[in-house]
Amino acid sequence: MKVLVPLKRVADPDNANKIKIAASNVAVDSTGLEWKTNPFDEYALEAALRLTENGKAPKQRLGEVIVVTLGPKECEQTLRSALATGADRAIRVDATDDALDGRLVALALKSLVLAEKPDVVLLGKQAVDGDSNQVGQRLAELLDWPMATFAATIREEAGALLVSREVDGGVGTLRVRLPAVVTVDLRIVSPTSVYSAHTDAAHRYAEGVRFAPLPAIMAAKKKPLDTKTLAELAPGAALSTKTLKFEKPPARSAGVRVKDVTELVDKLMNVSKVL
Amino acid sequence: MPHALVVAEITEDGKVKKATLAAITFAQKALPAVGGAFSILVLGGAARSAAAELTSFGAQKVLVCEDPTLAHYTAEHYAPTVAEVGKSFALLVATATSQGKDLMPRVAARLDAGFAGDCSDVLVEGTALRYKRPMYAGNVFGTVELTTPVQVATARQSEFDAAAPSGGSSPVEAVAKVAPGAAAARVDYVSLEAVKSERPELTEARVVVSGGRAIKEQFFQVLEPLAQALGAAIGASRAAVDAGYAPGDYQVGQTGKIVAPELYVAIGISGAIQHIAGMKSSKVIVAINKDADAPIFQIADYGLVADLFQAVPALTAELKKRKG
Ligand SMILES: Cc1cc2nc3c(=O)[nH]c(=O)nc-3n(C[C@H](O)[C@H](O)[C@H](O)COP(=O)(O)OP(=O)(O)OC[C@H]3O[C@@H](n4cnc5c(N)ncnc54)[C@H](O)[C@@H]3O)c2cc1C
Repeated sequence: MKVLVPLKRVADPDNANKIKIAASNVAVDSTGLEWKTNPFDEYALEAALRLTENGKAPKQRLGEVIVVTLGPKECEQTLRSALATGADRAIRVDATDDALDGRLVALALKSLVLAEKPDVVLLGKQAVDGDSNQVGQRLAELLDWPMATFAATIREEAGALLVSREVDGGVGTLRVRLPAVVTVDLRIVSPTSVYSAHTDAAHRYAEGVRFAPLPAIMAAKKKPLDTKTLAELAPGAALSTKTLKFEKPPARSAGVRVKDVTELVDKLMNVSKVL
Repeated sequence: MPHALVVAEITEDGKVKKATLAAITFAQKALPAVGGAFSILVLGGAARSAAAELTSFGAQKVLVCEDPTLAHYTAEHYAPTVAEVGKSFALLVATATSQGKDLMPRVAARLDAGFAGDCSDVLVEGTALRYKRPMYAGNVFGTVELTTPVQVATARQSEFDAAAPSGGSSPVEAVAKVAPGAAAARVDYVSLEAVKSERPELTEARVVVSGGRAIKEQFFQVLEPLAQALGAAIGASRAAVDAGYAPGDYQVGQTGKIVAPELYVAIGISGAIQHIAGMKSSKVIVAINKDADAPIFQIADYGLVADLFQAVPALTAELKKRKG
């Protein structure tokens, strides 16, 4: 199986409350925050690696994982760390961050997919900076491929994936015949979430994503990393989204400490009157 | 001037989901920029009966596409019809439920339209729309302009009041299902396992009681009686869901449900950025945590530093006593 995994770098999501607004009001300022791979994209990579291996020892790679990012040269760091984690090769589409929106990213990915012909495109369900949640769905439509968004589990079947999804009110299951687009949710990295056709049914993965061992970090420097440009993949396409203004939400301040449940109920009944 | 189109969401047996009413409110707010009128599109296997419920909200038309192949929702079957009907409108809006989030970007791509997801507000500037939307787990709000002739948006349910019927009777008009493309032939709906709960819907409840990792296997044992006493819905942190104490559908947060009840009670929840993103618009927040330094206390109106296994039963008993 050949899997394409788009990755985005984001300002450290665990410190998102430290994001500042630039004086102009038309940009955010993440100075001081480390760049991290969008967590959902890391989960997509983990799922892609699980789909292209046998799961047991000795571990065997049984497919190819190509990682791709759109962004400036510094983003190659994100690709290198994905290569170290196990991806086979990488592509960077040269673009500045402010020249991109969800529509353009999907258009560029479509061109790459037509050239690379993967069986599956696995993406995070959203990037936790813009929180937009649209690229996977748009890409599926542009390709006229079936999609399964917000995947919690994936089972490979002959020529298809059986995907369970966390949806409002419960768990929905879809079968998508390949090639297909799958976007992943948090639970995709739990021990029994992803099984390739070659994974032993009794196999249990470690919880979460795998980390790159030191020798792999060195070896990753030798793995292929190609560069393309946005202009060649999405010729003539312009932005359709402009953010006119960024602002911080009103701060919510700490209230009072209550000493016991009696005082708590008093406050709720008599002060805030919500009971 | 092209108008707004609300894409309704209905149950498989043909009832309008309450979430739809947030999208109607969104469209009503956008009216001055979209020629003063909106229509509603209802799709499904039993769409006609749902359409009848939607004729009293002031829509110019209620458009209905009833077809057996739409009985179970899949974006591949829905998007072609939504896009075909929607292409003559200026704005297409649905509520940011799991269905809305799945469907609307796909529709946007079909129309080559710009998309603004999970909007907390829509503003009218002359004949232009501006979409206000949370980013960075709600730590930044962006005001966004879309430059395409057709624009697609989803509304964050907790930020838009449920539209109330305004009387009148919108005409109901049937629209034909558009033959879907190759994608639809390659997706099968397999099943939907509904999580049964006696409790109110999380996104609609007046009170929400949420539990974290700390409650462990006693999750429901500890929270049910309190939720009962408060008439509350039950929510959970990601850690509680990951550990299997609560179903995924209960997760509150940046990447789970967004709630804004009158009262939110966070029990044994540390208050990670991603959790706070899903509940910080609640009117009153109560936190019960044994760690006095837990970040949740920084946003709680009332904080109780206590062991939850003692405090929750005591709180339940106190509420029962007061309410007689
Ligand atoms: C991409 C991504 C998306 C995420 N999305 C979400 C999301 O949507 N929603 C979400 O909730 N999280 C989300 N998270 C996870 C989030 O970062 C936190 O890990 C999670 O919210 C922590 O859950 P918790 O508060 O239950 O657990 P912990 O952080 O472990 O906190 C447990 C708390 O319980 C307290 N405690 C322990 N014992 C007791 C006791 N006996 N009595 C009282 N208090 C006690 C402790 O003091 C502690 O504060 C996301 C993370 C990532 C990376």
